[in-house]
Amino acid sequence: MRIKVDPDLCEGHNRCFALAPDLFEVDDYGLSSAVNDGVVPPGREEQARLAIDNCPEFAISVVDED
Amino acid sequence: MTDSPARCPVHDWASDYDIFDPDYVRDPAPVWEELRGRCPIAHTERWGGSWLPTRYEHLQEMVKMVPALSSASPLVVPPSPEMLEILEAETEKHGETSRTPPITSDPPRHRPYRRLIMPLFSPHAVEEHIPYTRTLCNRLIDGFVAEGRADAAADYAEQITPRVIAHILGIDPARAEEFVGWVRGVLEIGLTEPEEAVRSRTAIRAFFQEMVTERRERPCGDAISMLIDSEAEGEKLTDYRILGMCSLLLIAGIDTTWSAISSSLLHFATHPADQARLRAEPDLLPTAVEELLRFYSPVTMGRIATEPVEIDGAKIGEGDRVLLNFPGANRDPEAFERADEVVLDRERNRHMAFGLGIHRCAGSNLARMEMQVALRTWFDRIGEFELEDADAVTWAGGQVRGPRRVPVRFGAA
Repeated sequence: MRIKVDPDLCEGHNRCFALAPDLFEVDDYGLSSAVNDGVVPPGREEQARLAIDNCPEFAISVVDED
Repeated sequence: MTDSPARCPVHDWASDYDIFDPDYVRDPAPVWEELRGRCPIAHTERWGGSWLPTRYEHLQEMVKMVPALSSASPLVVPPSPEMLEILEAETEKHGETSRTPPITSDPPRHRPYRRLIMPLFSPHAVEEHIPYTRTLCNRLIDGFVAEGRADAAADYAEQITPRVIAHILGIDPARAEEFVGWVRGVLEIGLTEPEEAVRSRTAIRAFFQEMVTERRERPCGDAISMLIDSEAEGEKLTDYRILGMCSLLLIAGIDTTWSAISSSLLHFATHPADQARLRAEPDLLPTAVEELLRFYSPVTMGRIATEPVEIDGAKIGEGDRVLLNFPGANRDPEAFERADEVVLDRERNRHMAFGLGIHRCAGSNLARMEMQVALRTWFDRIGEFELEDADAVTWAGGQVRGPRRVPVRFGAA
C-alpha cells in the first residue's frame, strides 16, 4: 500500500501524525508528508486508512493498494 | 454572553435567528436540525445581520471561497461605532490597515504572518509544554480535592488556558485573572456591550506594548522576542503588528480551549456511563477528545462577502456577514452517523471544530494537548463525579460557546 499527502490541501491539522506518527512527518509549520515515499509497512494499513478518514481537508489518498 | 436585556422572541429561525438567544446558546442543535431540513443557510437582521449555514458540505465549500468570503472581520458581530472609530484612527496613524494578520487578513498578506506563529504550535513545540500544563492541573486540583466539590469550569478549565498561553508567551502567569477579564471583554461580553470591548482591547494592547518595549531592550528567546526578530513582507514587524499578533495569541487561546474542557467535564458529569468507560479505558482519551470537540465545538468565525455569492439558493450580498457555523456542520447527519450522540470511540471523525482551510486554528495542537492533559489529570485525581446543581450551569455563546459554571461533587479517586 502506498499513500500520499497532497501539499496543496494539507493545512497542518496533524490528525494523521497523531494517529500514525510512524507513517507521517510534520515540518515546523505543521505541514505533513508521508514517510518512506508513502510506502506503508505491512500490518499498518488500517492505521493508514484511519489517517486518511480523519483528515478534515481530504488531503491524504491511496496511490497504490498493494 | 449569558444574561441579556429583554429581547424579541424568535418566531422563525430561518429568517430571524438570534445567536444570543439564551435557549439557543444552551442547546443550538434543535435549531440547526430544523434549519438543515428547510432552510440550510438561514438569515437574520439581528446583531448587524448575518447568514448561518448549517450543513457540513456548505461549510466545506465556504471555507475555500477566499477572498470572496473575506476574513477582514472574523467576529460574529460587526464592530461597534466606537470600535470602528478606534480602528480608523489607528489605520490613519500607522499608515496601513489596522486589520491584524494573520487572522484578520486574506491572501497574499495572510501567509507570511501565519508562518511566523506556526512553529510555536507544531506538535513538537507543544509537547514541551506538557509538563507545565500537568503541574498546573495538579496544583489546581490540590486546591479543591479535599472539599469533595468544585466548579469544573471556574475553578479548573478557566484557570488552565490563560496560564498556559502566558507561559508560552513568556508573561507572568500571576496576571492570568486579568487576561480572563480582558478576553471575556472582547469575545464574550464585548460582543453585545461595545464599551466593554473597547476597554478590554485597550487594556490588552497597553499590556503588550509594555512587554514589547521591555523585550526590545532585553530579548530573552520567548515568543515576543521571536516576533521582534522576525520579518514579514520583507520588513521587520512594527510594534503595532506585534501587538496585534500577541493580542491574537492571547485572545484565541483562552476561552476557546477552556470552553472545550468545561464542556467535556460537564458531559462526563452528566453521562456516568461515558465517565465509567473513559476511566476503564484510559487509552480511549485521544479519540474521545476528538468526539467531544465534534459534539461541543466551541468556535464560530465570521466572514464578509466581498462580492455577491450564491450557495444552494442563498443569495449572499456584497458586504454581508457570514457565520462559519463549524459547530452546526459537526452535527450534520449527512456527514456523521449518530451525529447527535457522543460516541466516545468514534474512530472516523472528520470534524471541523478547528475550522478548515488557510485559517484553520493555528493553536489546534495546543488545544488538543491541553484538553488531554486536563482530562487525564482530572480523571487520575478525582473519583466518580456528578453535577451538583443542574440549574447552576450557565452558558456563554456567540463567538465561543461553552459552560461557564459547572458545579460538581465527587468522591475520592
